Amino acid sequence: MKCFLLITLLGFTAVACAVSDTNYPLQKVVDGIYYHQGVHEDASAENIGAIANVGFVIGKKCVAVIDSGGSFREGELLKQALRDITDLPVCYVINTHVHPDHILGNAAFADENPAYVGHEKLPAALASREKHYARNFAESLGDAYAGTEFIAADTLVSQGQPLTLDLGGRQLLLRAYTTAHTDHDLTVLDKQTQTLWTGDLLFRERIPAIDGSINGWIATLKQLQTQSYQAIIPGHGPAAIGEDADWDKLLNYLTTIRQQIRTVINDLGTLQQATATVGLSERPNWELFDAYHRRNVTAAFVELEWE
Amino acid sequence: MLGRFLTILSISLGLMLTVSPAYSATPKEPMWPILKEIHFDDKDIRENADDLIALDTPKRAEDAAIVPITIKLLQPQTADKYVKNIHLIIDNNPDPYSANFHLTPEIRDVEIATRIRVDQYTDLRVIAEMNDGSMHMVSKFVKASGGCSAPAGKDAEAALARLGKIQIRMRQPTIGEPVQTQVIVSHPNYSGLQYDQKSRRYIDAHYVKNIGITYNDKTLFSVDTGISVSEDPSIRFTFTPAESGVLKAKVIDSEAMEFSADKQI
Repeated sequence: MKCFLLITLLGFTAVACAVSDTNYPLQKVVDGIYYHQGVHEDASAENIGAIANVGFVIGKKCVAVIDSGGSFREGELLKQALRDITDLPVCYVINTHVHPDHILGNAAFADENPAYVGHEKLPAALASREKHYARNFAESLGDAYAGTEFIAADTLVSQGQPLTLDLGGRQLLLRAYTTAHTDHDLTVLDKQTQTLWTGDLLFRERIPAIDGSINGWIATLKQLQTQSYQAIIPGHGPAAIGEDADWDKLLNYLTTIRQQIRTVINDLGTLQQATATVGLSERPNWELFDAYHRRNVTAAFVELEWE
Repeated sequence: MLGRFLTILSISLGLMLTVSPAYSATPKEPMWPILKEIHFDDKDIRENADDLIALDTPKRAEDAAIVPITIKLLQPQTADKYVKNIHLIIDNNPDPYSANFHLTPEIRDVEIATRIRVDQYTDLRVIAEMNDGSMHMVSKFVKASGGCSAPAGKDAEAALARLGKIQIRMRQPTIGEPVQTQVIVSHPNYSGLQYDQKSRRYIDAHYVKNIGITYNDKTLFSVDTGISVSEDPSIRFTFTPAESGVLKAKVIDSEAMEFSADKQI
């Protein structure tokens, strides 16, 4: 609103406004479902940590936010963008998993008194990491971090027991998974439109990050791939609306590195050999490959050593 | 003498205080002079001993909780002249004195690799202590952070289910030929700096304290380890079996639990 006044009173161009921090475009996926697409960068003060896809689903009674942003500042921008569309209260803030780009905006919604919803293992994951996150992100996010609080889920979803949330004439089905991308992944399905929010079980364009189990993730992807959805909103990269969501591309990355790592392990090769040689043919397929690929190989290697 | 004792005591207390769950920033003062006094009694240590020790580390670690390092001795171990201890110091870790490999001339050409946690950008030092008492050091700077307080295990349940399991891995050995061997111990190696939500407290330190490797009951080497060693400690080494026999790995942890495994050669 301030921004709007500035333009009308001073007659500055809209561009001057857009490059300020109100430049937070949402995309509409289907009726009542919006998301902001994160950039394929590391979190920084410049991008205010807005590197993951975050958004919301609007029912007749209230709104569910699905992932809250990579900083308090992004959470605020998401809330402002939401308020430009609807006046309905936010009754749920759902976190698909613990990673900071999905969860650091939680506090921006606290004044709406929502239920915070997550996988049953999310609170433990957050408690064990929050100090670590606080020290790293307070520094790398700068001013955008101010106001950030770690708010753990109070409404938990158990593995094998999906939870239905009613937004008024619209139901969300939340499913908790066994260890895959992390040990506490959650997906959200809008039953009415068959739109699936995958959290980071699906990456498009941006290289995936393994923080759970490569074997578990491959198994979960194979299951998810067999379902059909009208629209899929991945954790990173563009939503797939009536098009292929690239499950295969992600599966191919994971199975390729798994197979090559197994070869190194069976040949008694070292972790260093694996990080130097495995999966390099995948480089052209992914943004930020050089920043995360070798870490993925490291994580997968120490898991596959125990097969 | 008393003054010196008090100095060391106050330094030790200072160090203990830094081993607190709260994060302490990268120390402004270099830690090495203090560590040298505490652990080496301020004895002479020859620096840049590149003629004796080759230390391989990544400059920047992919994962601060799993940093692979390799230590190679460039002179053969003989009965007259051998390295009896290799001390591994990670200056800026909460517990800098990270490992002590006790060696014998049983292994002639020493090359040992392991995986460590690095909590902040740090110098990493390897000090070879010879049988004549002389000490020789090489060091490298490693960029990594958060390795000691990083949450244990990406899949904590799977890790607990195999606690104490040991793998001895090697290619088909030939008598009289060097064979590369890896011993991996499934163990969370809790550092004491990791938080558990269920109990709402820091998980007690619980880590592997010693790994001993024998061949036909003769010690090849043993290593005292601390919380700077990664979860699922891995030790890789090369030895030459002179005759057929049994390679044995014996592991003792900080709760006096013992695990062992052996392999017929």
